[in-house]
Amino acid sequence: MAEMNMAKAINKALGEAMAADERVIMLGADVGVNGGVFRITEGLYARFGEGRVIDTPLAESAIIGTAIGMAIYGLRPVAEIQFAGFDYYNYHQLESHAARFRNRTRGRITVPMVMRAPCGGGIRALEHHSESREAIYAHTPGLKVVIPSSPRNARALLLSAIQDPDPVIYYEPKSLYRAFKEDVPDQPETLPLGQARVVRSGSDITLISYGASLRPTLEAAEQLQEEDGVSAEVIDLLSIVPLDTVTIVTSVKKTGRAVVVHEGPRSCGIGAEVAARINEDSLLYLEAPIKRITGYDVPIPYFSKEKYFLPDADKILQAARQTLSF
Amino acid sequence: MPRTPIQLPTNIEYLSILDENAQIDKQLEPILSTADLKRMYHFMLLARRADERMLKLQRQGRIGTFPQSLGHEAISVGAASAIGSSDWHVPAYREFSGMLLRGWPLETLLLYWGGFEEGARPPDGVNDLPYCVPVASQLLHATGIGMAMKIAGDKKVVLTFFGDGSSSEGDFHEALNFASVFQAPVIFVCQNNQFAISVPLSRQMHCATLAQRAVSYGIPGIRVDGNDILAVYAATKEAVDRARQGLGPTLIEGLTYRTTAHTTSDDPKKYRSPEEEQLWSSRDALIRFRRYLADRGIMDESARISLEAEIEQEIKEAVRKFEEAAGDKELLNPLHMFDYLYAETPEFLERQRNELQQFLASRSAGPGRMEAKSGESAGRDP
Repeated sequence: MAEMNMAKAINKALGEAMAADERVIMLGADVGVNGGVFRITEGLYARFGEGRVIDTPLAESAIIGTAIGMAIYGLRPVAEIQFAGFDYYNYHQLESHAARFRNRTRGRITVPMVMRAPCGGGIRALEHHSESREAIYAHTPGLKVVIPSSPRNARALLLSAIQDPDPVIYYEPKSLYRAFKEDVPDQPETLPLGQARVVRSGSDITLISYGASLRPTLEAAEQLQEEDGVSAEVIDLLSIVPLDTVTIVTSVKKTGRAVVVHEGPRSCGIGAEVAARINEDSLLYLEAPIKRITGYDVPIPYFSKEKYFLPDADKILQAARQTLSF
Repeated sequence: MPRTPIQLPTNIEYLSILDENAQIDKQLEPILSTADLKRMYHFMLLARRADERMLKLQRQGRIGTFPQSLGHEAISVGAASAIGSSDWHVPAYREFSGMLLRGWPLETLLLYWGGFEEGARPPDGVNDLPYCVPVASQLLHATGIGMAMKIAGDKKVVLTFFGDGSSSEGDFHEALNFASVFQAPVIFVCQNNQFAISVPLSRQMHCATLAQRAVSYGIPGIRVDGNDILAVYAATKEAVDRARQGLGPTLIEGLTYRTTAHTTSDDPKKYRSPEEEQLWSSRDALIRFRRYLADRGIMDESARISLEAEIEQEIKEAVRKFEEAAGDKELLNPLHMFDYLYAETPEFLERQRNELQQFLASRSAGPGRMEAKSGESAGRDP
């Protein structure tokens, strides 16, 4: 066990994956000599060489498009897009090709690749550097979408994503890169994609979140316990696609109440899908309408006002109390 | 002192070996065996005749909308003849003839245009990607395959195709730039047929040739007569040899003309004259290549007539196989839409699969409101 932050844990996973399998290569802008603008790929260029840690021209569509070609040829590319706010350039390659090759060739051609990108707000970044648009990819049949919330699960989920036979979008909440440290086992460990985790057991209300929003959600849960004597269960989704309906529904059947929390915009967001699945499988267990604490349906404001956009413990607490007193 | 010209390589050539009057430039004539030449003509003619047959199938509603490839046979077959089976072939959607040559059975391609994903599945052992509809996007896959070949140390090359309209897309420029920067073994072949549906070449670019785009990416570029299969073959062979030696990509522009509509849904009378179409039809690649083969004593008139008969039979057989497959219960089973999305089908997709399955079962149990609306018979459900 060694204590490390999420940036270091992701770096560790990348090094482990490359050491274990020579088909694993990295590509992207600034990933090589510079070690990435967030230092996530630091040391990999020196360790594995320019043939496997490839500094590319600045062109997102080409980074993903060529990664698709490499995956088809038999490599396991891990492509970095420098910020999630720039991955619209390559969206077409993911939607039209990465997500479809297996299906349209009836399994003959597959695209085992990972797109990594830092996502989310909270670090006073400039315009176009704070987006959380995982719902776009969740709405794209054929992709998997994973968002870690801690150093240990970031490392384990990334190893799983790289080993997965299908294309995976791996979003890294950049506000968590250096937010806290956690013990990470020395030996490689994986976590199955598509499994949520109950990170706090409770019986009165279910709070469902993922990524950077998990921390304020847990804070709110503690406050509910301390101030209201309410026992909140907290679920960390980890995988947005496949979404772990069973874990969500099992919890809601027990508590009868649910609040979903995420940074991305509300309409047609992940919270809407979670609410729909709760309705489908556990409507009659609900004691109150499901509430959503999410980013609003506006572009994330410039950093002077971003804190009003992002979910925080107070907003979650208020929503939970309204749900509990419905 | 203040302004000095920067010397740039601008040696863009135009290559023609077999002209529209079937006159051959003996100096430039590529070395090809009789078997190779016969094979090339076979696939050009097979594609031409199959195209004609497919137009009828489309009009009869037996296949869907499809883009004919008349006028594109020389570029497709000529270029594909210059690579080996372990090399890769990444088509756009007008490389019908080259795909047949690469080993795609005609009945498989009929399945594609007939509305079955099975038609996009490359046959085992064929190193091809399937048709690509979103223009220019496939050029990046070809480039990635080429980069991977280089990483693996394989002495293979990738041949990829696109149209003049595609050259306006960002993916075209990004692909050329990546291939150039990484010196990937990729041969980019433009089927410049002078139209992107109705929009003429003059609206795609304001320069003399498409080949000169190569200059700004620091790679060799050449324009060839796209109706001259020998010129296409020779230019591609040179590019393949360079790429195999590690000397990077090449851009080849084949100048031709789409002698038919863009697809079976298009009417070119709205945007061009019959005279122009007539002029280009007289430059047809098959006419001059047939004369060349006759002049060289490789294929006389009686051999050509028997080839026509052989091909007619081949097409008939392929159409029969296609229609058999298209009526196959297993291939028609709609539940398969869920089966190939992921290596393992996740629970949420299983549920959707079950939902459709139960719906279909309930519908075939007795006529419901759906049947009353659509007029479909319950018996049609698998």
